[in-house]
Amino acid sequence: MHEYSITQQIVKIAEENAISNGAIKIERISLVVGELSGFIGESIQMYFDVLSKGTLAEGAIVDITYVKPQLKCSKCNSFFYRKRFSFECPQCGGMGLPTEIGKEFYVKDIDILTDK
Amino acid sequence: MELQRVEVVKNIYSENEKIAFSVKEKLTQKGIFAVNVLGSPGAGKTSALKQIIKLMPDTKFYVIEGDLESDIDTQKMRSIGVETYQINTKGACHLDAPTINSALDNFNLREKAILFVENIGNLVCTAEFVIGEHIKMLICSVPEGSDKPYKYPIIFENADVIVLNKCDLKEYVDFDDKFFYDGIAALNKKAPVFEVCAKTGEGFDKLVQWINKVRV
Ligand SMILES: Nc1nc2c(ncn2[C@@H]2O[C@H](COP(=O)(O)OP(=O)(O)OP(=O)(O)O)[C@@H](O)[C@H]2O)c(=O)[nH]1
Ligand SMILES: [Mg+2]
Ligand SMILES: [Zn+2]
Ligand SMILES: [Zn+2]
Repeated sequence: MHEYSITQQIVKIAEENAISNGAIKIERISLVVGELSGFIGESIQMYFDVLSKGTLAEGAIVDITYVKPQLKCSKCNSFFYRKRFSFECPQCGGMGLPTEIGKEFYVKDIDILTDK
Repeated sequence: MELQRVEVVKNIYSENEKIAFSVKEKLTQKGIFAVNVLGSPGAGKTSALKQIIKLMPDTKFYVIEGDLESDIDTQKMRSIGVETYQINTKGACHLDAPTINSALDNFNLREKAILFVENIGNLVCTAEFVIGEHIKMLICSVPEGSDKPYKYPIIFENADVIVLNKCDLKEYVDFDDKFFYDGIAALNKKAPVFEVCAKTGEGFDKLVQWINKVRV
């Protein structure tokens, strides 16, 4: 459900950046979404199609790059993907600590049309 | 016409975070310590708040209750004499900073106080939307099972204090203490864990001591 309010923010950010760059239309919006954020791409696109009506972003493609979360081992410092129900490092058995990888949630770039 | 790529790199939460920052500043200035109370539906958030408030008779409290619908929890808090404001989110699964910002207009914030915001029962996105709180208090409960840190890591990672409620039910359900605490140890080195029973009030004295220590 909260994809609605989040999508409003996405349209707003894209439009602000489009306007300041002299766009007449936004063709594509690229998002980076960490899988820990729990956002569902299909749901964002669905709200986007409704919320972007009448904005520069109407009809744009929302292109999402997902990032799988990684932990960092507290012993050997290697980064790894965790198994379900475990935080253990597959290399050395050390305890994996949370990192920022997998929590991303930002608008990366936009493709715009200008009338130049 | 020309097609052009424009770099943006802007966090989608940033608007919410900006408002949360100003809410927090406002509350701090007024001497109000804000606690974002998180947990699954029925974990015992309201019951725990009632126990905490009972143990702090000299402290002024405000409560904001967030629910999809109804004002049952607000009625409960008012019945023990606490100024409470109800937010009905009509389907939204978390509270956010703009909502709290306008809810605060309903209080006459004149005294030093503790503000409890009981968030929507949900372990997912409530962890990610800051509302201007000083701390996040996560209420889990024994019947939910000891695997919750593994399934909802973000909320355990972001909590400042973790309360394990319904400890009276440990003898009836298989709750693996070691599994639970191992998960928390990996995710969060700072948050203390308090085992309590909101039915009897057991364990709340230590939690209240901790709150008194950290509050501004
Ligand atoms: N046995 C037992 N039951 C408890 C305890 N704490 C709360 N309960 C019961 O659990 C149920 C839910 O408690 P609430 O305090 O309403 O939980 P909540 O998290 O506020 O629930 P929502 O606001 O609906 O998400 C109630 O029936 C309580 O009486 C406890 O320590 N032990
Ligand atoms: Mg409640
Ligand atoms: Zn390792
Ligand atoms: Zn939500």
